[in-house]
Formats: sequence, structure tokens, C-alpha cells
Amino acid sequence: MQFRKFALYAVAAATGLSALATATLAQAQAAEQFVPLLVYRTGQFAPLGIPWADGKQDYLKLVNARDGGVNGVKLTFEECETAYDAAKGVECYERLKTKGTGASGFDPQSTGITFAVTDKAYNDKVAIETPGYGLSQSVDGTVFEWNFPLLGTYWTAADVMLQDIAKKEGGSLKGKKIALVYHDSPYGKEPIPLLQKRAAAEGFEVSLFPVTPPGVEQKSTWLQIRQQKPDYVLFWSAGVMTPAGIREAQASGYPREKMYAIWWAGSDHDVKDIGAGAKGYNAITIHNSAAQDKVHDDLKKFVYDKGQGSGPATSVGTLAHTRGMMISMLQVEAIRAAQEKYGKGKALTSEQVRWGYENLDLTADKLKALGFGEVMRPVKTSCSNHMGTDWARIVQWDGGKWEIKSDWYQADKTHIDPLVKEFSAKYAKDKNVKPRTCG
Amino acid sequence: MFYRENGQFKSSYSADLALFPVAQDRWAMWGLLAVCFVVVPFVASDYVFRAVITPFLILSLAAIGLNILVGYCGQISLGTGAFMAVGAYAAYNLQVRIEGMPLLLSLLGGGLCATAAGVLFGIPSLRIRGLYLAVATLAAQFFVDWFTNRMKWVTNDSSSGSVSVANLQIGGYAFETPVQKYLLCLSIVALFALLAKNLVRGAIGREWMAMRDMDVAAAVIGIRPVYAKLTAFAVSSFIVGLAGALWGFVHLGAWEPAAFGIDKSFQLLFMVIIGGLGSIAGSFFGAAFIVLLPLFLNYVPHWLGLSISTATASHLEHMIFGALIVFFLIVEPHGLARLWSTARQKLRLWPFPH
Repeated sequence: MQFRKFALYAVAAATGLSALATATLAQAQAAEQFVPLLVYRTGQFAPLGIPWADGKQDYLKLVNARDGGVNGVKLTFEECETAYDAAKGVECYERLKTKGTGASGFDPQSTGITFAVTDKAYNDKVAIETPGYGLSQSVDGTVFEWNFPLLGTYWTAADVMLQDIAKKEGGSLKGKKIALVYHDSPYGKEPIPLLQKRAAAEGFEVSLFPVTPPGVEQKSTWLQIRQQKPDYVLFWSAGVMTPAGIREAQASGYPREKMYAIWWAGSDHDVKDIGAGAKGYNAITIHNSAAQDKVHDDLKKFVYDKGQGSGPATSVGTLAHTRGMMISMLQVEAIRAAQEKYGKGKALTSEQVRWGYENLDLTADKLKALGFGEVMRPVKTSCSNHMGTDWARIVQWDGGKWEIKSDWYQADKTHIDPLVKEFSAKYAKDKNVKPRTCG
Repeated sequence: MFYRENGQFKSSYSADLALFPVAQDRWAMWGLLAVCFVVVPFVASDYVFRAVITPFLILSLAAIGLNILVGYCGQISLGTGAFMAVGAYAAYNLQVRIEGMPLLLSLLGGGLCATAAGVLFGIPSLRIRGLYLAVATLAAQFFVDWFTNRMKWVTNDSSSGSVSVANLQIGGYAFETPVQKYLLCLSIVALFALLAKNLVRGAIGREWMAMRDMDVAAAVIGIRPVYAKLTAFAVSSFIVGLAGALWGFVHLGAWEPAAFGIDKSFQLLFMVIIGGLGSIAGSFFGAAFIVLLPLFLNYVPHWLGLSISTATASHLEHMIFGALIVFFLIVEPHGLARLWSTARQKLRLWPFPH
């Protein structure tokens, strides 16, 4: 008898508790927006991945601490370690895509993972945000409804580099020899079609030098470069490959002034230890180099001074950390834009956030208000253009810090647009995707 | 007690040769299959299908393939990732180049191409063995890495070197949802596990094992080393290639050469060693250990409500995983399969051990 009573009480209590728990959970969920964070804090690219991941997380913390979320909707987030491995990335994607009311878009932080999740995202109706990387042809929003290579792609980057080189060479690249030293993976191979196309059109020569990942061994590559003496080297590297390559260039006597690195190979930690040895090394950035703005002060005040920063305070303001913050800012602004349409103060589904990505309009005033006025230039996306505006500029390492060397460039549309059309049409055909029509 | 075998009489040769001679085992196996085919599709979530069971099944199949070569025939191979890659890329090429090619034929065709590659790289095994052979098969790994990276036609002239497949269809039936993909993999894995099990029990399996135990003695009693070793390479590579094709087509959907790098070869070799050399069930245990345990360890901090940083969690996972490998190999050098069979033996005798 006693036992039965006890059991009854226990059951009643458990039911009550669980009801309470579900109620609070439901309440909590109603005002929370989940942001998945795919990161690589370990593995061969960790030096880049750590400040990048910290920056992404820091900005979300800042929005919560300073503004109380997006229109009152708190941002929740969870990191998942991919180690830059596609299979692990897929697992992370699957794990996080339905959390909360649905993931507010993924920044996979890797070209390989982007490839692997692109099809899945299409079926799951989740946006993939790939600022400055990913599939270059996914600029075409009519075919790639769910991909957003915001701010720039490897094609626009290569184009801007060539523009800067042409400027130095008095306007023409005819007869020049340009070498591409690249990480031998989809990431490194992305710029090749554009380079070949421009080479054919403008009469310069492109030679390709693949470097086997992780890229610590580049002796033979630089020996070949020493023999062939290209006029310029475009350097598509990442992680440990970057300092190794700069040291090899130094050892083989290749002038660092003639090297142009892609944005992921142009972070502080890539060159800092080499110091004066890397003097003259050029890199392209999709934001204003290591410029500081209000957002950095806010971050210090609201997050780091309270001891809640994700990484060491010294990494705040470095290129990679700022880029991480910018990427999160784009994600948050996509949520904000989507809330304008689907209701302020509401938690949105993944599908609704996609609309926000497609209708981003960050004017100079808005950026200034967000504290990014000095960091980046205005960007606007549309149904047919998922990249937005592709501003980029060249910075140079002076031995101690990055110096801005050029004005803002935009890629030459005459070469890029046909290429985007060609490759996206091929993708649509291969995958039986019926392109949307944009009004 | 748990395995009460009295009363089970074998009165025919076929009963004596049955795959599972003990009735309880037989029923357990039918039960397991029933659960996998009927119950699991209704209870597991999409995440579990896509990120946990499907990769586990495919890697189990690859481990079976490798186990035939390493565990049964004693030919150490470090080129498993390469044979998986051959299977995946061959299947991809069959699919994109031949209009209306049935998916199943592409997958099997991938396996056949891997067989050819396996036999080719198995030829050195006729002269060398042990660690020397391991290094020779390593050449397969490097060669295929180079080949898939450099030969543009392999990836159908993809500019980035990465390929992707769409529309998995067999006989007009589309495999789109995670459950359908899981059932496809499960059917293939179950079928090939059964085939492999029967193969290793048969004459050819005995030849392989004779080769493994002492090749000179085997040759003396009339087993042709060329035939035995090359068939082991062929069968093993076929299964591994099929698993590679499934890994690319069903699990990843889009892949780059790095998906079949040397890490995969090592991972599979560890599966076979930890799971149990020369055991089909061991391949499943090994795959479970290597695929599921890291995921499980990854979840533990979450369940305990510990907020440790992602990097720390990842490092911890590696440390614990490494420690467990060492622990298991010390406790049972013959792998998890032997632990299982010891447990089973104890259950048969319980409560009256000799």
C-alpha cells in the first residue's frame, strides 16, 4: 500500500515537473534564434580557425549582451568541431540543422564541406553562408537558391589581384607570366577557370603549381618557381601552408612584393613570426584590413571586460577575428531582415532566414550604426545575385603590420558573369535543378 | 543456461554446416535483422540515419573487405582508401558518362574497377609480404591520390576537382530520404556480409587462411599462392570499392579526393585490428568502435552539462579514444570479436564452468 502511494506520488510529481519543463522550454524556444557554428579549432588549419571561430562567437555574444538579441530574440549558438574534414562537417550539419526552430544558416568554414552540404541544404531548406569562399558559381541565385557566397568569391578575388597587377604593369598583362601556387584541394583549384579565361583573353601565361596538403613541404614548388621566374605568384594557401610558402619564397629569393595571397592566407598570424622576412607580401581582403571600429570597442566593453570573451583579448582586432565577427554580423543582419518580413521579435525558421540573406541591404549608414562603418563597404543582395557587392582591396605586410596599398576594387563583370552563368548552368543540368525566375 | 543447447541435434550435413548452428544464435540474428529492417526505420531520427548509422554501415562493409585481405589472407594493406576511391570515382564516371545507367550497376561497376586495381596492386604480394607489402600497397594510396587529383577526366572536368552525384534511383524508385538511403545501405551490407561469411567458410576461405598461417606449408599441400593471394585481393577490393561508391554516392553526395585519403586507410586498418582480425562480426564491432565512439565521447560533455570549449572537447575525445584503443588491445589483443566470443562461450557454460 505504502509503495503504491509512493509510486503514485512519484508519477504525479514527474508528470508535473516534465509539464513544467516543457512549458518553460517552449517559452524559451519562442524567443530564441539558433545559430549553428561549424568551426575548426583543431587540425592543420587551426591557426586560422581559432580566431575566426572566436570572432563568430564573440559577435553573437555581443548582440545578446548589448542589444538583448535581435529585436528581443536572444541568439543561442552551439559550436561543432569539423577539423576541416568533410565527413565530420556533414555530421555537424546533420546534428545542428534542426536545433531550436531550425538553424539560421550555416557558415561551413570550408570549401569541401560546402560542396558536401550544398545538395543537402537544398533538400532541407537551410541557407549556406560562404563569405569569400565556397562555390564561385553559386553567385547565381536562380540556380543556387540556398547558397550565399557573400562579399566575394575566389573568382572575384583572382580578378582583383590581376587588376592590381595590371595597374602596376602599366595597364596590360600581355606577355606576363603568372604562377598560381595553390593548396591542392577544391579550395585551391577554384580560381583556375577564371585565370585561364583571362589569360586567353589578355595574352598572359598562367602556370599552375599544386601543393599537396597540408603544404609544409614546398621545396620543389619554389625551386620550379625559381627556374621559371614568373612575374607574379598568386598564392592560394591556408593554415600551415602559408608561413611555409613565405619562408620558401624567402629562401629561394623570390620577391615577396610579387606575391599576392588570397584572404585566408593574409592573416596576422601567417606573417607575424616571419616579421621582416615577409615584408612586401601582398594579400587581398574583403574588408578593410585590420581597421578598428566601434564594434571592437563594444566588444571589449560588453563581452571581454566581463570576462566572457571566447578567446584571448589580444586576438580582438586581428584580421581573422574581425572577419569572424563580420561573418556573424551578416548572419545576424539576415535574421534581422527576415524579421522585417516575417514579424519582429519572432524566432524564424531556416527557410525564413534564407529570405533575409537574399534581401540584405547594408547601406553605409546601417554599417556605421552597427559599428562596421570602417570595416567594410555597403553590400546588397538580390534574388539573382547572391554575392552582393564584391568590394576588395590589397594590403601589404610592412614587416610589423598590414598596410593598405590600394583603393577598393570591384571584379570585372565581363569575365566573371559569363563564367558564373556557364558553371551554374552546368550544375543545374547535372543536378536537374530548374532555375527560378527572378522578378 | 542462456544457451541451452541440449536437445538440438544435428542430423544432416547441412545442419552441421549451418551458418549459425546454435538455434539461439539463429534467432538472435533473425531478430537483429528484423529490428534493423523494421523497427529502426520508425524510431531513429534523420540525424541518426544520416550521421550515425549510414556511415557506420558503409564503413563496416569496407572493414569486411579489408578483413578478408588482412584478417583472413594475412596480406597487410594500407591502400584501402585508394580502393574505396577507385570504386567511388569509377561508379561516378559510369553514372555520368553512360546515359541511363542504372545506379546499382554503377555501384557494382565501381566495385569491379576496384577489383582490377586491387589485383594489380596485389601482384607484389606474390613476392613480398608483411611490412614490405604494407609499403607496396601504400603506393596504391599515393598513386590514386595523385591520379584523382590530376587527371581531369576522372572528375568529369570539374574545375575544383570535386564531384557530386544526384538522383539516386533504382528501377524508378528514388532513394531520397535518409530512411530510404539507410535501407539501401543496410540491404547491400547485409547481403555482402552474408556472402563474405560464406566465402570465408568455403574452400577458398580455407586457402586464404592457410596462406595466412604459413604460406610455404600451404604451397606444399597444393594451394597455389598466386591464386589464393590474388583472389583475396580481388574479393577484398571489390567489397571495399563497393563501400567506397556507397560512401561517395549515399553518404557524402559530393566528395573530393581528400575524402579517401590515407587517413581512411589507417582508420579502416584500425577497425579491423580492434574489431578482430579474421572475423566478419569483428568488422562491425571495429566500425562501431571507430565511428560511434568518438561521436559518443563528443556528446558526453553535453549530457553532463559541462561547458567546455570545442577545442578542449575535441582534444579530450582524441585522448580518451586513444587510451581506449590501447586498453582494449591490452585486454584482448585479438579484438572485440574475441571478447564477444569469449562472452558467448561463458554464457553457454554458465553456471557450470569447467
